[in-house]
Amino acid sequence: MIKFLKFTWLYVLISTLVIGSGMYSIIRYGFTYSIDFVGGSDIEYQLDKKTDLKKVAEIVKSNKIETSQLKLEKNNLFFKAKPIDEKQEAKLRGALETNLKLKIKTLRFETVGPVIGRETMQKTLIASFLATLGILIYMSFAFKGLNFALAAILAMIHDFLVVIGTYSIFSHFFGAEIDTMFVTAVLTTMSFSVHDTIIIFDKIREYLKNEGRGDITHYANRALTETMVRSLNNSMTIMFMLLSLTLLGGTSIRFFVATLLVGTITGTYSSPFIATPILVWLEKGSKKS
Amino acid sequence: MKMKHVFYAVLLVVLIWICLPENIPVHFRVQKSKIDFTINPLSINTSLFGVPIKKEFKTKLGLDLKGGSHLVFETDTSKMKPADLQDSLLSARDIIEKRVNFFGVSEPVVQTLKSGNIYRISVDLPGIEDVSQAVGLIGTTAQLRFMEEGQVDPKIATTTPIINRLTKYTGLGGKDIKKASVTFDSQNGQPQVALQFTPDGAKLFGDVTGRNVGKPVGIFLDYFPISAPTVQQKITEGNAVITGNFTVEQAKSLSISINSGALPLPIKLVEQRNIGPSLGALEVKKSLIAGVFGLAMVLLFMVVYYGKLGIIASMALIIYGLITFAIFRAIPVVLTLPGVAGFILSIGMAVDSNILIFERIKEEMRKGKNFSVAVRLGFGRAIDAIKDANITTLTVAFILFNPMNWEFLPQFGMVRGFALTLAIGVGTSLFTGVVITRRLIDAFYKEKKINK
Repeated sequence: MIKFLKFTWLYVLISTLVIGSGMYSIIRYGFTYSIDFVGGSDIEYQLDKKTDLKKVAEIVKSNKIETSQLKLEKNNLFFKAKPIDEKQEAKLRGALETNLKLKIKTLRFETVGPVIGRETMQKTLIASFLATLGILIYMSFAFKGLNFALAAILAMIHDFLVVIGTYSIFSHFFGAEIDTMFVTAVLTTMSFSVHDTIIIFDKIREYLKNEGRGDITHYANRALTETMVRSLNNSMTIMFMLLSLTLLGGTSIRFFVATLLVGTITGTYSSPFIATPILVWLEKGSKKS
Repeated sequence: MKMKHVFYAVLLVVLIWICLPENIPVHFRVQKSKIDFTINPLSINTSLFGVPIKKEFKTKLGLDLKGGSHLVFETDTSKMKPADLQDSLLSARDIIEKRVNFFGVSEPVVQTLKSGNIYRISVDLPGIEDVSQAVGLIGTTAQLRFMEEGQVDPKIATTTPIINRLTKYTGLGGKDIKKASVTFDSQNGQPQVALQFTPDGAKLFGDVTGRNVGKPVGIFLDYFPISAPTVQQKITEGNAVITGNFTVEQAKSLSISINSGALPLPIKLVEQRNIGPSLGALEVKKSLIAGVFGLAMVLLFMVVYYGKLGIIASMALIIYGLITFAIFRAIPVVLTLPGVAGFILSIGMAVDSNILIFERIKEEMRKGKNFSVAVRLGFGRAIDAIKDANITTLTVAFILFNPMNWEFLPQFGMVRGFALTLAIGVGTSLFTGVVITRRLIDAFYKEKKINK
């Protein structure tokens, strides 16, 4: 048996460092929100030959379209702008085609009104809150105690913070945006995190049932030792899948999969090293009182 | 025992048949005869006890993968009586559906969404390329209105053109029209549009013409005047014609826009997402390759680490994949990118069930139990953890899917697509992880014992 809990200070340190740098990034750089949440237009054109970005910018400006981002990658042109409608888009496309003498294929044109964006954000938050509540209630029943549920939820919040912090760094350095896909990834991480925690807690629950209320620290260490191989193997298989999707998959899901990857790592890490110490601490606390 | 094996074999064949790829041409030669056919998944077209059964097992791709347009219109309900609200929303929905069908889109989805006291209508048009035309078609609020003279200062009345004096809405409009058709004037052969009113409309039209004898009554489409004939006498039989200098084409399109119905509410486009078909196709292909590669790695890992048990787990996993995919095709589930993500996550959880079971079995064996006892105990112990872990995931998926369509939860497709495939995947993995892995272990290890 390995005494994992002896190194709790190390886990706290690692988590503090990771979450701390994420929070710093959030405060310093913030996030880039996609049009899903703030409204606006998002356009992707495929051009049939190379062109000059400056000329494109001029034409866009003369069409009275306020862009917040204008990017040319190979022959693909990306815009972000205040909401425009399909007529303005057609006009812009026409102007670009005639002035730059090229052919454009619209790969994507999305416009979301600002009201819808705000609503989506609210609804997603409510859904996440309800999902958390659902987990709390189910776990309290399944494990016959609030401590198990609380520890699992706190570890989940830990993972949530790690993921959003990391994403802010992605956002600053690679231009990732907070969009519906990101929200999906966060929710996936949260459910994976709890899933993983339950496996360990199930062991502890079993010892408590079979051997009575003994030393919780001892039980926890034993559970960790016995589940460690399984945790690592399981995460490994998920990571194979995600790594392959990150490296080979399409560009539009790259950030999504990268987020899932971060989520899997932190979800696997937090179950033994965050959730379990919290559980031990909570159990000890409630025993004293 | 033999019958059981035959049954399993048949089940497996049907399963594989359902999951076959679509439209793969196959050509090969057996000795001298040439064989030429196309691989397609199972499709049933038969009748059972007189009930016709028709089912095609094909993958349905969402707009983000197949390309197409997702449009959301916000309705203006400010001038609507609360009692009429639901009816007019539904009829607006039907009218939009009619217009979209008229445009020739295959399998459009038109639905109403409520959010607070705002009502929206979302329209999904798969595989459409010319979006502005579609938006134009849906958005044309072909509001037909009959207008009469409002209160006008008699001094100005003579100097302003007739059209500008027709400012009062008579209450008679598109909703009162039963049918519009193109006819030709019997005297000069000019095309015109004949209107047939509903009984209520006929009565209303009688009233309007009755009080406006000798005065003009204007016919407006979306606030544009079409014609303003002067009423000769009260018309009670419920028919009217719109004349003007129409060409046959103009008369036809006018009658179509009146027929396809005036929308009972004004609508405004607030969201549109158009994905070109090429972007989606590329994404699907790349993700598919990545998925297959990832899955192969997982299987390899299982076999290397767990040996014989790993081979069994790999088989269980492949069967799991087939069952889940067959369910996706049977329902059918519309696959979107987040949906694929949900599926992948559920594969991960299915693998986890197997790993959990194997670790438990190993644990029991380390305690010195023999294999068959270890298998039985291991399964029993693992099942608690698997059950709890999967039920929490199902809870989350349930809330995200929002089956009751509550307005305070997400009603948009992306998150729901994710939740649906995740729920189906986790549900199936509960079944395969436990039932199928168990059967396979029993089958393989028992046979071996007999051989010895």
